Formats: sequence, C-alpha cells, structure tokens
Amino acid sequence: MEHTSSYEPKSAFAKWWDDRLPVARLMHGQFVDFPTPRNLNYLWTFGGILTFCLVAQIVTGIVLAMHYQPSAHEAFNSVEAIRRDVNFGWLLRNFHAVGASMFFIAVYIHIFRGLYYGSYKAPREVLWILGVIIFLIMMATAFMGYALPWGQMSFWGVTVITNLFSSLNEIIPGVGTAIVEWLWGGYSVSGTTLNRFFALHYLLPFVLFGIVVLHIWALHVAGQNNPTGLDIKTKSDAVPMFPFAVAKDAVGLFAFLILFAWFVFYLPDYLGHADNYIEANPLVTPPHIVPEWYFLPFYAILRAIPSKLGGVIAMFSAIAVLIFVPWLDTSRVRSAKYRPLYKWFFWLLVISAVSLGYLGAKPAEGAYVTWSRIFTAYYFAHFLIVMPVLGLIETPTKLPKSISASVLRGGSGTPEGAAAAPETR
Amino acid sequence: MASEVEEPNRRDFLIIAGNAFAAVGAAVTLWPFISQMNPDAGAQALASVEIDLSPVKEGQAITAMWRGKPIFIRNRTPEEVKAAEAVPLADLPDQSARNDLLPEATPALDTNRIKSGKDNWLILIGICTHLGCIPKGQAMADTKGDFGGWFCPCHGSHYDTSGRIRKGPAPRNLEVPPYEFVSDTKIKIG
Amino acid sequence: MMRAMKYGSLAALALLAGAALAPAANAAGGHVHIERQTWSFGGFTGQFDTAQLQRGFQIYKDVCSACHGLKRVRFRNLVEPGGPEFPEEAVKALAHEWPNKIVDGPNDEGKMFEREPKLFDPMIGAFKNDNEARAAQNGALPPDLSLIAKARNVEYTGTWWAHPFSMLRDIATGYQEGGADYLYALLTGYHEAPADVKLSDGMSYNAAFPGHQIAMPAPLAKDNFVKYQDGTGSLDQNARDVSAFLAWAADPSLNARKSLGWLVLLYLVVTTGLLYVGKKRIWASIPH
Repeated sequence: MEHTSSYEPKSAFAKWWDDRLPVARLMHGQFVDFPTPRNLNYLWTFGGILTFCLVAQIVTGIVLAMHYQPSAHEAFNSVEAIRRDVNFGWLLRNFHAVGASMFFIAVYIHIFRGLYYGSYKAPREVLWILGVIIFLIMMATAFMGYALPWGQMSFWGVTVITNLFSSLNEIIPGVGTAIVEWLWGGYSVSGTTLNRFFALHYLLPFVLFGIVVLHIWALHVAGQNNPTGLDIKTKSDAVPMFPFAVAKDAVGLFAFLILFAWFVFYLPDYLGHADNYIEANPLVTPPHIVPEWYFLPFYAILRAIPSKLGGVIAMFSAIAVLIFVPWLDTSRVRSAKYRPLYKWFFWLLVISAVSLGYLGAKPAEGAYVTWSRIFTAYYFAHFLIVMPVLGLIETPTKLPKSISASVLRGGSGTPEGAAAAPETR
Repeated sequence: MASEVEEPNRRDFLIIAGNAFAAVGAAVTLWPFISQMNPDAGAQALASVEIDLSPVKEGQAITAMWRGKPIFIRNRTPEEVKAAEAVPLADLPDQSARNDLLPEATPALDTNRIKSGKDNWLILIGICTHLGCIPKGQAMADTKGDFGGWFCPCHGSHYDTSGRIRKGPAPRNLEVPPYEFVSDTKIKIG
Repeated sequence: MMRAMKYGSLAALALLAGAALAPAANAAGGHVHIERQTWSFGGFTGQFDTAQLQRGFQIYKDVCSACHGLKRVRFRNLVEPGGPEFPEEAVKALAHEWPNKIVDGPNDEGKMFEREPKLFDPMIGAFKNDNEARAAQNGALPPDLSLIAKARNVEYTGTWWAHPFSMLRDIATGYQEGGADYLYALLTGYHEAPADVKLSDGMSYNAAFPGHQIAMPAPLAKDNFVKYQDGTGSLDQNARDVSAFLAWAADPSLNARKSLGWLVLLYLVVTTGLLYVGKKRIWASIPH
C-alpha cells in the first residue's frame, strides 16, 4: 500500500547502510508504518500466528534432524532415542508433532476467516491463490513428515495415499502404476521411500517460506481486508501497524501458545495415533487406517465417491476449487457481515467441513457413507452453486460509509481526528 | 488532570512488563534448542569404561576406546620405567604432569603420571597434543621415536616412555585420563 | 456477529481437533468398553509413584519377562530420576543376574560372544528375535513391552452425539492414560468364556482384548499373583502396578514433562494477560 515512510536512519552507520541496502527502510515501511485497518478483530492475528508456526516447525525440525536417522532400520529407534535420551528431546519432538496440528488449526481458521470476510475478492485474488498453494504444500510437507517416525500408521498411511495415484490406471492403463513405483522407488513402500520423503520434508518448508514471503508481499500491495470489507479510503480508516496491530498480534499469539503448550505438555499423543508407537511392519496392516486429523475432511470426500478414480478427483478438486473462489463469488460486497443470506450458507459450509472431518475418522460403511455424500455434495455446491447464484440474487444490507464510520457509529464520542493522528510513542 | 499525567507511566510500565515477559520467555525457550546438542543420555552412560589389564604382558601395549578417544595402555618394562624416571625436569619442554586428577602445576615427573605401586602401567589419551593425530608406538613393529615412547607421524613429535613431549612441535605432554584401579588387574576410566 | 463468529470458530476448532481421536473402529472385533482407572501420573499435576514403579518392575521381572522383552529400556533407566529410582548397586546386581545375555563382538578372534549386560545395555527379552519367539510360543508373538502403554489406547464406545463432548472433556483434563487403562483391564480381564464363545485351541478368553480371544494365557490370577517384599499383594494390585510400570517404560520423561508444563502454562497465562492489558492501553484512545 502506498504510504509515506517515517524511517530515518539514527546513526551514521545506519545512514551509510541505508544508502546501499535499504532493508531497514523496507522493514520499517512494511511492518512499522504500514497502515492497517483500525477495525481488525482477533481473527486477523492468525497471519502472525501462522508465521510463528512455520518458523517454529523449521527450527524444531532442524534440531530433530540432528538426531533423526532416515532409514527403515533406524528411523523408529532414533525417534525413540530422541524421546528417551536426547536432552529435552521429548520436548522438541512433542513440539514438532503437536506443532503440525497447531499449524493446521491456525490455517483452517485463517482460511475460513478469509472466506467469511471475502478476503479473496479483487484485488486480492493472487494473494488468495498463493494462500491455496501454501495450503497444498503444507499438506504435502505434513504428510511426508508423518511418514518419518516409521510407525505402523506412518507406513500404511503412505501406502494408502501414494496408492491413490494408481487410480490413473483407469485413464491410461499402466500410468498409475508407473507413477506409484516412481514415488516409492521400488515395488512397495520401503526405506528408499522414507529417505526421499525425509529429503523433501526438509526442503519443502523452505519453499513454503519463500511463498509465504510472496503471500505477505501480495498482502502489502493490496492492503489488509477488514471486517467491513471496505477499502481504506482516508487516513482515519487506518492505524500504523506498530504498535497497534503488533500489540494485538502479540496477544493473539500468546493466547494461541496457551493451547499449543497444553497439547505439548499434557496431550502430546492425543492428536496422533497409538498404532504409530508400533514399528512399521510391511506384513501387518492395522485394522483401521486413519490419516492425521487435518486430512480427515478430504479423506471423507475421497471415500464418499464410490469410484476410486472419482474419489481421487473429488478429493483434489475439493482443494482446487478454492483457487477459483475469487471468480465464483459474484457478490459485489466482500464481507458476509452485510450478506444476510450468505452468512447462513457460510456456517453450513463450516458444519459440512467439520462433519466431514468427523466422518473421515469413521469406518466407510452404512449411515457414515450417506452423510459423507450429503456433506460432500454441499461442500461443492457451496462453491459452485451458492457462491455464484447468491451473489446475483442477494440484497446486501446497508454498508457503512467507511471503516472509521463503522467503528464510530457505536459512538464512543471520540472525534474522528483522534484516530487520524494516532499517538506516537 | 493528575491522573492524566500518571497515565503514560502506568501505561509504559504495563507495556514494558509485557514485552519483558515475552522477551524472557523467548530467551528461556532457547535453552532446550542449545542443550539438545550436548551428549545425550546414551553417550553419557558410556562416559566411563572398565578395562581388564590381565592380558597385557610386560612390554606390550593395548589401545582402548573411551568417549570416542583412543586410550594408550602400556605395560612398561623396568628399563622403560627407569628411563622415564631418570629424565631431569629441566629437559622437558612441558613441565606439567598433565594428569587430569592432579592440579595443573604438578611437575611432570614420571611418578605424577602413573599410580604409585603400579609403576609399570602407563595410561594415556593417545592424541597428539599438536593437531590431534594418533601417535605411533602401540604395535610392536611401530617406530617409537627418538625417546622410546611414541612418535607422531603427522609433524614429527617424539614422546618418551612416560608419554612426555621431548622433541617436535607438540606443545604438551600426552594427557593422562582420570582413572583408578578397581582391582589389581582392572582399571576404570572416567 | 463477531461474537457468533468467535464461538463458531471455537466450536469448529474443538470439533476439528477432537475428530483426531475419533475411534479407529475395528469392524471385526467391535469396541470393548474399558473402565478408566485413577493413576498417580494422570492429569495436570500427575507424577509417577516411585514405590509403585518398583513394585511394577518386580511384576515385570517375575512374570512378564519370561516372554516379553523391554528392549527400549536400559538398565540405567531404572536408576535415573523420574523412574523406579532403584539404587545403582542394586541395578548392577540385577544386570549381573539378568538371564538374557548381550551378544557382543566380534572379539580378537573374530567370534561373536555373549556377555552380561551393563548399565548402558537394553533389557532384552528371552528370545533372540521374533521368529524364535513365535516358534516357542505356538506362532504367537509376545510383543516387546517398551512402548506397549503408548501403542494401545481405549476406544470411545458411547453414542455418536456425545462423542464430541467426550473429546472435549479428554482435552480439558489432559487424558493420556488410555494405554495403562487398557493394560489393567487386560490383565484383570481373564474369565471363563461365555457359553456362546467357542475358543480356538490354546486361546484364552479375555473381556478387554479386541475379539476376546487372546493367545497369552492369564499371567496373573486371583489365586496366583506376586507377593511383594512386605508380604502383601493381590491380582488387582499386581495389575495396577505393572500397568503403571509399563506406562513409565513407554514415557520415561513424564515427570519432567508435567513439572515443566505447569510452569510454562503459568508463564504463558501471565504474559498473555500483561500483553492484553498493554494492548488495551495502546488502543485506549482509538475506537475499533
């Protein structure tokens, strides 16, 4: 967003440096002076929380990689050595394993926040699509990371999910098998597969980091959306990021860390599966294979479709459809706050997604399948029918004149000028 | 009006307290990340080893491992012991005994580098004090250097029959590890 | 609206998180209801009871170790804080008597040899490998018990609509003792088979075991249990103690984890509070 930078180098060295590589000026402009809408609520702190999650996963991951051995013989043993013998190994390992789940909790809240307030609409389409790509890479990274402890659920989860590609045999015979064997580096999941998963699991977070930088760049070009969905029109609509938004982000982050720590210290295995404490055994399949909880909604969609290829297509489409959301939504109003009908459909989508998560953990039989189909149908209908149609027929409620008007309407009595010149510290 | 004057102070205090708490938390969180690189419980459990000396005949030497380092154990002949004891301190480039169980200032007499009553047993960390090579002199056929002890092939350091540096670039005598005799023919290192 | 949004996302979050442990249904065996026990190491302030771990180890040594190894636990672990905390000399003597020797080598002659375990060695079981164990046990493999308390869990058996609430309760109370609950239920679950159950050859009936037919004969019984050094003992007490011991074997850092945990949480709550008050101050003059 265009705004004047208040950066002034304080020392001769800073001045010298600023003339050569004005990185401090850039940071100051983007993370100190940057105008943020004054009406952001706590749901907007999840961007910062997610940045923390990514950095925390990278740091704990690097540290764990110092002790982990990516071989079929030693992987399980080395994870146990980390839990038992490495100094604070139990803490670092729990942090990383729980951290993956926390990352997904935060990303789901972040995505649904974007969907509710229309954060994907012009001019934020590229920002949104970058987000979908981040989500996809996150899922790939998490999936490969879950393979690394080489427990039973690791092994059979990898077997089942990689086998999905064999459904391509239904289009061109032989292609699916060829792809699966290429992924495995053999004729079944083996230590070779584990090694390449480890290499990629170490690489992808850095790729993710790069795309996150683009995501933030795109955000800072378009500016942040806000609960009203209105653009920043005057200075009084915004406050500088520092200290205002930063102070709020800090509260959000620490509150999130309470939940995080509760799981790390008191429920380290709750989000995992007991079978992953049994070393991988290619000869014994666990009675019921479930993916990690954050994949369950997609797993339910996969199993809701009776055909194997159809299920795979539906599952990938469930993510791919998100890319087109900016153009599927035809409403001229961004925020669902002013869309009396869409609001309800939004919560229907949330219910569908949560229910699919629940059903994904249930065996694929009887009423569970029926319900999976109903919610899958709604999931797609929401994006492909509700979004385009509702936008055309719905009459939005009256929008406030501006962001500042929306927050002053409640009447705290402060004149508008007060916000135009926020206190400097 | 008074309250308005006080306001910034209180506000500053609370904000500073919050920031300070967060900063201290971040600093404390660093500790597990640093500590994890220390030797783990498995490595620590191997921090002391027991070695049986009974198979080592007079004039022979064996090499044991302790904390990943070679330990030279030599059963010296009476001549070798005599030669080691006869060296005047003034002839030694490094006059410290380099015995982990004795203070730094202990003179490098042969008696300070062995256990009294076990004069024939010389126990050393077999790492040249110059640049960390393993000196020759353990095997019968090895060259033992100009002083009958050990010879480091990397840069030509000569050690005597007490493992003391006599000639060459090494700055210190070979180090004596902390050990004790748990029985007549058994030592515990570490 | 914001409020509704908040509660909505909280509920969604809780459900999403909770769905993680949605039961892995075993279509063949069906779910067995396992009673939850009270454990000293359960909950927010839980810690292992050293005396109980010592008794539990005795059960393991006298009963379980005949078939089951404990290969991820090393003798030194029995001395270390947070565990049974036996004196070092006692554990050295124990290692000296341990019937299962460590294969080491090759020696100078190039031969592998057997030696007594030392403090840093694992507590291996009676069988050299899984195949030998199967051959000796009629084809059934007695699993290594190092992680058994983590590798087993209890399944939810209530109604579907109460499931999310059950999950929330488990999350709020930090329930992680499913493995110990299961082991206790298994060890006390040997009964006469009901009339309508036809047991296969060499199998025993167990109320807690999925499918109810278990290859392991009852290791403890009402009239056949281990007496502790003070002369007391019972099937119930034996089962309880060895379950606690195995919970420790699978999670030896629990004491450290829980004692650090509440400090971290306290710190986070206080800091969040301070940051919140600071944020209020910063925003005081700006309606938002």
